[in-house]
Amino acid sequence: MEIARLTIKDISRMLRNREASAVEITNGFYERIESTDAKIGAYISLCREKALEDAANAQKKADAGEGGLLNGVPAAVKDNMCTEGMATTCASRMLENFIPPYTATAVEKIKAEGAVLLGKLNLDEFAMGSSTGNSYFGQTKNPWDERRVPGGSSGGSAAAVASGQAVFALGSDTGGSIRQPAAFCGVVGLKPTYGTVSRHGLVAFASSLDQIGPLTKTVEDSAIVLNAISGRDQRDSTSMETGIPDYTEGIDGGARGLMIGVPSQYLSDGVSPGVRKQIGEAIKAYEKMGAVCEETSIELADYAIAAYYIISSAEASSNLARYDGIKYGYRSSGYANLTDLYNKTRSEGFGSEAKRRIMLGTYVLSSGYYDAYYKKALRVRRLIKNEFDALFKKYDLILGPTAPTTAFRIGEKEGNPLEMYMGDVFTVSVNIAGLPAISIPCGLDENNLPVGMQLIGKAFGERTILRAAKAFEMEFPFLISEEGGRHGL
Amino acid sequence: MDYEVVIGLEIHVELATKSKIFCGCTTEFGGEVNTHCCPVCTSMPGTLPVMNEKAVEFAVKAGLAMNCEIAEFSKMDRKNYFYPDLPKAYQISQFDLPICKGGYVDIDINGKMKRIGITRIHIEEDAGKLIHDPHGKGSLVDYNRCGVPLIEIVSEPDMSSPEEARKYFEKVRSILQYTGVSDCRMQEGSIRADVNLSLRPAGSTKLGTRTEMKNLNSFRSVFNAAESEIKRQSGILRQGGRVGQETRRWDDDAGKSFPMRNKEEAHDYRYFPEPDLVPIILTKERIDAYRESLPELPWKRFARYTEEMGIPGYDAGIITASVKTSDFFEEAVKYGADAKTAANWIMGDLMRLMNDAGTEDIPFGGKMLAELADLIGQGRISNNIAKTVLSEMFATGGTPSFIVKEKGLEVVSDRDELARIVDKVISHNKKSVEDYMGGKEKAMGFLMGQVMRETGGKANPTMVKAMLADGLKKAMEP
Ligand SMILES: [Zn+2]
Repeated sequence: MEIARLTIKDISRMLRNREASAVEITNGFYERIESTDAKIGAYISLCREKALEDAANAQKKADAGEGGLLNGVPAAVKDNMCTEGMATTCASRMLENFIPPYTATAVEKIKAEGAVLLGKLNLDEFAMGSSTGNSYFGQTKNPWDERRVPGGSSGGSAAAVASGQAVFALGSDTGGSIRQPAAFCGVVGLKPTYGTVSRHGLVAFASSLDQIGPLTKTVEDSAIVLNAISGRDQRDSTSMETGIPDYTEGIDGGARGLMIGVPSQYLSDGVSPGVRKQIGEAIKAYEKMGAVCEETSIELADYAIAAYYIISSAEASSNLARYDGIKYGYRSSGYANLTDLYNKTRSEGFGSEAKRRIMLGTYVLSSGYYDAYYKKALRVRRLIKNEFDALFKKYDLILGPTAPTTAFRIGEKEGNPLEMYMGDVFTVSVNIAGLPAISIPCGLDENNLPVGMQLIGKAFGERTILRAAKAFEMEFPFLISEEGGRHGL
Repeated sequence: MDYEVVIGLEIHVELATKSKIFCGCTTEFGGEVNTHCCPVCTSMPGTLPVMNEKAVEFAVKAGLAMNCEIAEFSKMDRKNYFYPDLPKAYQISQFDLPICKGGYVDIDINGKMKRIGITRIHIEEDAGKLIHDPHGKGSLVDYNRCGVPLIEIVSEPDMSSPEEARKYFEKVRSILQYTGVSDCRMQEGSIRADVNLSLRPAGSTKLGTRTEMKNLNSFRSVFNAAESEIKRQSGILRQGGRVGQETRRWDDDAGKSFPMRNKEEAHDYRYFPEPDLVPIILTKERIDAYRESLPELPWKRFARYTEEMGIPGYDAGIITASVKTSDFFEEAVKYGADAKTAANWIMGDLMRLMNDAGTEDIPFGGKMLAELADLIGQGRISNNIAKTVLSEMFATGGTPSFIVKEKGLEVVSDRDELARIVDKVISHNKKSVEDYMGGKEKAMGFLMGQVMRETGGKANPTMVKAMLADGLKKAMEP
């Protein structure tokens, strides 16, 4: 049993054919975690006892010929999704000991389909960052090169899947936090249309942008997990009935006839040559498959970063205001009065990036600055949406790199937050417009690091994205286990 | 110089929903501390608000009853500030797109109608309550109130006296009770007003600097606070001083207001649209349906009482002021009581009993008043006995017939029994009998009274009168 290579479909087959038991598989993954995670640092916490119980239950179901889409599949979730009775830290000192009395809807749903939760995965504190370096629990490393970041903020999720420490993982994406680490770690990361997956139980970073999605080894697995987690939830008023009963439907339909737009801004000089080369290969591959690729333009691309950092920080400053030391979470000791309690708790409980965003967000919402920043950013948001709407009148998909570079070195962008923010240039506008997008592996650059290709679709156009991605995956095979061989995969 | 008073009110009202605005917790008043709360209303990480549609319905109904324009599109916003009673550190409220705007309420000032404009009505959530540890070890928070739905009704600065402010407050409360939007229990603070008041030279059109007095929870304190603030501000102005814009706290017991600490004002609330909730979209059809479902409002009832039932305007005004009294009246009439008789009972004995008990609640239904009136009509009890019965009904909630039976209050119509008493009274009151014979008709009244006293007021007066006349006639015969 090659643990690291296993996909959801493999496990379903293995259980069906009695090649291995769910408990054996789960134990196999814990052994894998034991042997590799000391180097990678993907997990914040593990729950083996409970997982083995769940695996035993999954096995009973399998024996009875029952069980859901994910029966017996070992999975892990980013530690900003609440899990009842199990610490949910958001990689922050603030919530180091926070144990929620409820489980996030998305986590509940994968468990209802039989997934076995192995543990909780590292992230940038409160999902703010692109490196998983802003974690109170330490830096997660890229399985392709341990001197490099796995991307962020769902860096733990991407690294766990890439290193075979979980079959799939759930991440959250506010400005690229699923797609960029998926690109850096060479896995498939899907950010669904805003409203597709309930945010109930996802600790909020920027509520109007946050969306939970799967990180998987294959495109088809991505569709299977989306089947499990999507759907309207009474507890989240922004969640929607998508009207899509099965995301795997038509997934093998190929790319023939698809109209694909490639914005020139997405292949500018700011993109590293290695990434540009691979995206060029991808375009050729699509053309070979009968798709029409055409150069186009996204004029507002330059404004997306600014609008994104204003809107997301504004919402974050308010969302993170509840961590005040009064009710739960960290409370500073030795305060003189209420103001002192607030100041000390928040100074000691938050890391520097969270503080930076809180300050930024507070500033752009302050009277006198609101119109110049926040209100203007909302206008830009509207314009970006309009621009995408116009593009999708002509194209089925927008193609480009997920990130301008491959994984950078740990510490490389520390002390230069703006450069770090610029790395989100291709991903943030997708969140701003509420659209779905996927990052799929697209070969390696000259440093043997994975390049990610992003496909953006129209709202609720996940099936088109998945179909095109699957076609590319077949044409351009990229098996993490082959390249990851030197990591013992 | 003469000054003109300018008053505007902001009224906060707790809506009569069973559950809180964003979660399923009960809104019931009281309860052990922190038992009416859940992860949502204590704002645990990852929880999301979900709008209680009943709160929207009530806000719309309040707006319709106050002649507002109802927004087909409105949204919720976050009002950000730190305080331990506010667990999210923001209050979900409405900022620039309130659900209702541009309405009015008419009040009666010395028989003349005055129209008070309503600027807006918006939806918001209540906060928790700080409890200061009696042992001085710090403060605790009770989140039971957190997320109780409120509306804030903001008036135009259209009132020009404390009396108008009081009348307006009364009228708004009455409308809210009629529409079922709120119970408006003042003691529980489910309706409270902030009074904004300024003075300006008579005839001037420019507004003076205003002060705000917060959280007044009775009609009397609105009146007193406004009156006291007028004195305070005019005192300052007459001495050539300037009124400072500030928030003041009214102390009912001391009968004066005090400036609030500075830190409680001058906030930058950094309002922005609440991203966890979708906008409130109301179709014309839905608004119309709410309009249709509104009950008959006080002014309509007033018109019906005065024009169709012949109730005097003053009485109709008092009866319709409270929906409870008005509903009680309606029920009495429905069960057969004569409208004027029922109104008289309400205006007289019942109001006195309510005042004495310090309550607005009548512990029995209008049907019981109809029954009481019926007992009088049938001659089974006298008017005076009926007053006693009513007091007893008020005290015990018993039915009139039960009380009459239990206490043996029924009119004595037994001819033999009455004959015996009449004979006794005639033989024991020689002086009055002689007076009567001497032509003093008044003596008859005294003798009647004596019979009544003997029977504890229960004698059938018509029979007694006839029998007395008969007995006296016999006595006159030689
Ligand atoms: Zn609650």
